[in-house]
Amino acid sequence: MKVVLQNLTKKFPGRDRKSRQEVVAVNHFSFEIPDGKLIGLLGPSGCGKSTTLNLLCGLLKPTEGRIFFGDDDVTELPPENRGVGMVFQNYALYPHLTVKQNILFPLQNLKGAQRPSKSEMLSRAQEAAKLVQIDELMERRPGELSGGQQQRVAIARALVKMPRILLMDEPLSNLDARLRLQTREEIRRIQRETGITTVFVTHDQDEAMSISDMIVVMDAGNIQQIGKPQEVYDDPVNLFVAKFLGTPPINVFRGRVQKNQLYIGQDAILDIQGVSDQEVTVGIRPEGFLLRKNGRLRCTLSGVEVMGRDISVVAAHPEGENSSVRAIISADSPVEVSGGEARFDVKPGKIFLFRRDTQERIYFQAE
Amino acid sequence: MEKRSMKSWLYLLPAILFLAVFMVYPLIDVFIYSTEEGYNFASQTYYGVGPYNYSYVLHDPYFLMALKNTFILVVITVPLSTILALLISTGLNSIRPLKELFQTVYFLPYVTNTLAVGLVFMILFKKTAYTDGFVNLILNWFGHSSIDFIDGPYWAKMFVLCLYTVWVVMPFKILILTSALASVNQEYYNAARVDGTSRFRIFMRITLPMISPTLVYLIITGFIGAFKAYSDAVALFGTDLNAAEMNTIVGYVYDMLYGNSGGYPSYASAAAIILFAIVLTITCINLLVSRKHVHYF
Repeated sequence: MKVVLQNLTKKFPGRDRKSRQEVVAVNHFSFEIPDGKLIGLLGPSGCGKSTTLNLLCGLLKPTEGRIFFGDDDVTELPPENRGVGMVFQNYALYPHLTVKQNILFPLQNLKGAQRPSKSEMLSRAQEAAKLVQIDELMERRPGELSGGQQQRVAIARALVKMPRILLMDEPLSNLDARLRLQTREEIRRIQRETGITTVFVTHDQDEAMSISDMIVVMDAGNIQQIGKPQEVYDDPVNLFVAKFLGTPPINVFRGRVQKNQLYIGQDAILDIQGVSDQEVTVGIRPEGFLLRKNGRLRCTLSGVEVMGRDISVVAAHPEGENSSVRAIISADSPVEVSGGEARFDVKPGKIFLFRRDTQERIYFQAE
Repeated sequence: MEKRSMKSWLYLLPAILFLAVFMVYPLIDVFIYSTEEGYNFASQTYYGVGPYNYSYVLHDPYFLMALKNTFILVVITVPLSTILALLISTGLNSIRPLKELFQTVYFLPYVTNTLAVGLVFMILFKKTAYTDGFVNLILNWFGHSSIDFIDGPYWAKMFVLCLYTVWVVMPFKILILTSALASVNQEYYNAARVDGTSRFRIFMRITLPMISPTLVYLIITGFIGAFKAYSDAVALFGTDLNAAEMNTIVGYVYDMLYGNSGGYPSYASAAAIILFAIVLTITCINLLVSRKHVHYF
């Protein structure tokens, strides 16, 4: 099922007694989610991603704009008539019911012709449980399950009524690190197997990057960028997106463009074309550095961390926005540092320029 | 190990002493009183030990009247007040505007003195030389003749007593239930809504199980409280409850000790022990029944 958001806006009345200013949680969103894809809504807390999810499932009514599932306008429909399955952040499994009763619950709500027979309900519940691999745990109560198992039950409960859209609010945030890796693969697999258009919300860019077909990066109620994870990573439209994606995060410097040269401090680090002389913000991905004996960017070396596959060179630069600059280089290449100085050349494709005032991307051609 | 257990006994000692002196000793004493036959208050002597006091009390028409009244009161007021409180608190929980105002209004009876409430009921129900009471005015309005609720037929008096009891015990239940309802995680309701659960089903399958521990607590304490009813009847019908046919078991115990027919601690003790046995039995039944239906999380 294709999902279309048109000019979607949600404003909340101000809680603050003094200002009473409206809070715009979602500001004129328009985008289209293609059928059968896994979409990650990504952003820091308070960016409106959960609000967007609640608008999609119908728990909140939009202030403006429309929502379409396929060709149906569902904007005015209450949640129960939208055919959405929702996995809540804390799973919201009914603690007094067994796993089986939890999964059966949505089916038992159906009325009239839609209501399946008892045996059909059971077989559908069994099927959903099998899909998420909890069919052994049907008689347990949620309190007797681990976090990951509860998560699966919640997914099974959302899937059992065969929703048109599956929504997940921070599906992995309550799991420990190891389980998180495992579960995100699991979500990917379940989504592929069922082919249900799935939207999930996360603040963790790793999570979004690793399993989404498409990510929507949001900040302060506005869409920053939409695209395939790798494309967004390789081609951020502004400083926010560049900073938000990537671990370790991008290194940000104050720089300037002067006569087709990009300067950081006193060092001209790159010859570039197509940018007028101005002060800029420079972002360099950690993997964009090349450690060279006579590299053009001179930094003070703070340390070298060897992490098996990679070597992480930690350095400092006076023009850096953060106290440390982190470069990741392959462990094969020899590390040559001397006299407490680390010198780098940079890969032109891994370096982004942004306007100082608007933080919008400045595109350039490297020579 | 030995030392540690000695220490914990030492810490428990004040509480144990207090309970022993003020709870256990009186209880045993009451039981002993209840078995002393022909106790003479003046000479503090008795003839022998046996079950005669129980037999006397159980054959005393006043006690049987008190027993009947108490049971009627319990059977009517406990379920009625609990269900009403549940409905009101559910309502309170789902409204937004004026919620605090209504909560305060519903809680007012709790902070009002029993006798003051009794006065209000007098105005509502009592016949005087000047007026038949507010309720009778309304009855007259609808063409019904006046009923004497305070000195009239048994059912009218019982009606007033039950109404009064329900009215007095409800605020506390509403208060407790409102907070229990508010503590149910909103996410369960959201989940149920997304799944298209009807309001009735949400209430029966989610809300009730979630607040079941509170509900059971209220039912058990409600039973115990209703069995111990006395002051409510006094507030409405005065101290001569036997004459008004409105006596309760606790009222009977009091009368046997201090009332017009007072000076019979043996009978009073026997009645008190009977009440104790009844309350204990009912509470055990409550606990047994609730074990199946209560969910602790």
